[in-house]
Formats: sequence, structure tokens, C-alpha cells
Amino acid sequence: MQIEKFPGVMLREADVEQGRVLTTQWQPNLKYGWDAGIAIGRFLSELKQGRIVGTKCHKCHRIAVPPRIFCEWCFKPFDGWVYLKDTGVVNTFSISYIAWDASRLEVPSIPAVIEIDGASHGMGILHLLGEIEPDPAKINIGMRVKAVWKPPQEREGAITDIKYFKPLEEGRR
Amino acid sequence: MGRVAVVGAGITKFMHRSEETGKELAWEAAKMALDSCELNLEDIESVVLGSAPDAFDGVHMKGEYLADGAGAWRKPYMRGYVGGGTGVFVGAQGWYHVASGLFDTCLVVAEEKMSSCLPHPQGAFLTIFDHTLERPLGPNLIWIFALEMNRYMHRYGITKEEIALVSVKNKRNALDHPCAQLGAEITVQDVLDSEVMVWPVNRLDVSPTSDGAAAIVLASENVARRITDKPVWIEGVGWSLDSAYWTNRDLYYPRYVECAARMAYQMAGIREPRKEINVVEPYDPFSYKELHHLEGLLLCGKGEAARLTADGVTARDGDLPCCPSGGALGVGNAIAATGLMKICEIFWQLRGEAGKRQVPGKPRRGLAQAWGDLMQVGTVVIMGV
Repeated sequence: MQIEKFPGVMLREADVEQGRVLTTQWQPNLKYGWDAGIAIGRFLSELKQGRIVGTKCHKCHRIAVPPRIFCEWCFKPFDGWVYLKDTGVVNTFSISYIAWDASRLEVPSIPAVIEIDGASHGMGILHLLGEIEPDPAKINIGMRVKAVWKPPQEREGAITDIKYFKPLEEGRR
Repeated sequence: MGRVAVVGAGITKFMHRSEETGKELAWEAAKMALDSCELNLEDIESVVLGSAPDAFDGVHMKGEYLADGAGAWRKPYMRGYVGGGTGVFVGAQGWYHVASGLFDTCLVVAEEKMSSCLPHPQGAFLTIFDHTLERPLGPNLIWIFALEMNRYMHRYGITKEEIALVSVKNKRNALDHPCAQLGAEITVQDVLDSEVMVWPVNRLDVSPTSDGAAAIVLASENVARRITDKPVWIEGVGWSLDSAYWTNRDLYYPRYVECAARMAYQMAGIREPRKEINVVEPYDPFSYKELHHLEGLLLCGKGEAARLTADGVTARDGDLPCCPSGGALGVGNAIAATGLMKICEIFWQLRGEAGKRQVPGKPRRGLAQAWGDLMQVGTVVIMGV
């Protein structure tokens, strides 16, 4: 490259803190009200009843969760609702030491993709694991897990009506 | 479709925080690109700008805000945005502006200023997740990459040590890049000893957030031959988007990257990518992503990329140099700008102008690739001389 000098002036934290450069700040105050929609609305109201529901597409021979009103593969309406189990298999997991804003967490969380029993192979949802040590040696991909629900009176029709999924001892479904 | 050449390139330093605004960074890179091929703004018929989420800047429609810096005054102008895939996508977008015959020249600029988002741009990423089913669980962006990395490791029995070699290689390569933010001589042990962010991802497995910009000038064949005796041709472009239902996909393999690559290979007439691509800049925002992407690009078999890295095949002097620039891990990850930085790197490598970063053996064909959204989009540009 013939270019010898590259543009860009690097700032250090002290430049900002000691006011050597001028900055302006603004904190947005926005609020959104999201409609759950037809498919997820039903999904959430079933969660409130302690049930996980999916949708089936006859043409693509699959049962999907989270449910949707249309199949994104064949682009036809889904053909109906199917109750699934509240058990499943850990497809993958991680152990998070940081919160959503990159601040450190005192107690790590264990996000996981859980393939739900009764849905087609590979159909997972994002949730958390609990009642297990946050230790990669003690959690396994392929491990069977079961939903731990909030008590019925505390459920509000939200994904958090399931507190987390806990390891399932084999033989006890 | 007409042939399209890259005839000039420019880039700013990549920094944690720049004094320049995004608009100023965009102008610096664009001006350098124009100067590099001795063109003026009046020679430019169309402008394409790439920049990632508006949320980084807190500026709605930031394409319009940045337009003046990108050289778009009273010109046909368009912003491309496909998340982390943006920086390579705009190469494809600029290509079809010219290949279509609509324009003889196109200035392509990519800019990112992430430092404005306080306390950390990570906060802006929260809005990528489904508002009803995912955000209530408190996700952060590293979660999903940690989930993907773990699935990938599990599928092939790949270790964190093997993956850490990518960070070691790319940060070392970046020592030779005059614009790099995080060039360093580190060891695998340094990576493993660095703070665990979201297991299996440690801090040194992750690229830094950055401010920076890059730009290229594209020209039709007739115009390119008048501008330079060293045109670098865009031989193939490809892009593909997978489903947003990311928990319904097996994350071990980036199928959408394969789709994008196949589209680009077909256009370029490439049948055996491993033999016909001499230098590659796969997107490496995380160490495992370079491996994941080499496989998706069909540059090695599934699960084989870690071994290629361990064997030195992907080193700058190896048989398939990967990220000779230093990549996102070393140069920095100013999202859209990093993708276009990779196209700039292939341009300089194929012209033999990469200085200390030059890969040996006079490479004739190179590939740049980026990736983004909810582990969802693949974008590919193949260039040749």
C-alpha cells in the first residue's frame, strides 16, 4: 500500500473525562407495547395453563415450536395446534457471566436451546437451565430436562411462566 | 451483466473511540479511496453506504445523516444494512449498481461508530431479540454465539484450545496492519486465562467494539481500464438469509453462508473453491467464527477447519491464508466497516500492495465474507486479477 498515513484520531477515556473533547448526551425515553399476535398469543395463554403448544404443517410434515400461523417453508397456513410435553433435550447451552448491558453478573445464568418433546426433531426454544451447577463439566448437550413452572396464581402468560428447565432423572418422565 | 472492477480503496484507523463523528470517518475513508485512484467526487455516479444498527448512534435513518460524509450529495444513494453482514453486502450492492449498466462508477462506503452507545454498545443489541419470547429472559448478544460455539465444539469434538489459535493468529497478523486496534502477540494460554464472558467464550475470543470506516471505488470495465492498469475484478457475489427462528436450526453449521458462497462460486465459475481461492477474509467477530465460516464457504470439509489452523494452513504464509489483515479480532470490529475492510484487504493483496501483510505467491483470487443478524445472514464477494 502506498498510503503512509491513515486518518483517525484516537480518544482515550481521560480525554472525555477531563473535558478535552466536547460531547453531548441524551437518554431516550421510549416505550413500546408489543402485541403478542395470534400464534404467540395462544402460546402464552397456554403457558399460563402450564402447557406448551406448537403448530403442525401437514405439507412439510413438521410440528413447530414456537408456534406460528404460517409455515415459512411452504408459506401456507399451519394446519392446527398440537400440545407438546414440558420436557425436552438440551441442544446447546452456555454459561453467562455478563448481563444484557455487558455488566458482570454475580450469579451466572445458563441459557440453553431446548428441543421440546413432541415437536419435530431440532425444534427448540430459548430458555434457562436451573437446579444445576454452572459448570460446563456438569451440563451436557443431549441432557434431558423438564420445565419448572411458576405456581398457577403467579403466571401471567409470559415465557417466564416457566422459571427454567431442570435436569430430568432418567426413568422419571 | 457488465464486468465491474474495484479501482481504489481507503480506510481509517480502527479505534475504541474516535474523535471524529461517523460522518467525518466516512469522509476520511471515502476521500482516501477516491484519492487512491485519482478520482474526484464528480466522477462518481452512484453511492452505496453500509452501516449497522441505528441504535449504536441513536440516530434514526443514519444512512441519511451519513450521506454527506459518504459523498452522496445530489447523487443516487442507497444504504445497505444486513446486520454484521453489511460490510461485504455493500460490495455486492455496489457491484449490481454498476454490473446492471445503470452506472459506470459507484463509491461504496462503510462506517461504524459504536462508542456513542453508553455504557456499552452491547445494550443496543438487546433489541435484536424477539420481544415477547426472548427478551424477558435477559439475553445478551454473546449468549447466542456461546450457544453456537458450544454446539459446534460438541458436534466435532473441537476444543477451546484449538479455537483459541484463531485469536492468536489474527491478533498477530494485525500487528502488521497500520489501522489495527488490537494487534498483539498472545498465546493460547492467554486466551484461556482471559475473563470468561459467556462460556465457552472468553474475552480474547471476542473482537473489540470499534469506530472506523472503509471505502472502495467500483467502475465498469471501460472506465476501470482508463483509471488503472491494475483493476481487481469482482468475479462473484452472493448473499443468503436463514430463518429468524434460530432455535429451530442446528447451529453447528452455517447453511446460509454455504448458500451465499455457492451463489458467488457459480457466478465466478469456481468449481473447486479450495484450489481456486488463494486468500480469504472470513468474518471473525469471534474466534470460532473463522472456522465455522471456512466450512460454510466450502474451503474445507465440515469439522476440519480447526485442524487446518493447527497445521498452519491458514497462516499468512500457509496454503490458504485466512485473515492476513488481522481480521475483526485484530484490526477491530467496527461492524459494517470491518466487512468492507476485508474487501479492501483482498484488493490490496491481489494488487501486491499489502506491504508487510502481503501473502506470498502472487494470489490471483480472493474471497471476503461477512455474517450477522441472528446468526442468519451470509454475504460473499469474490475478487480476482
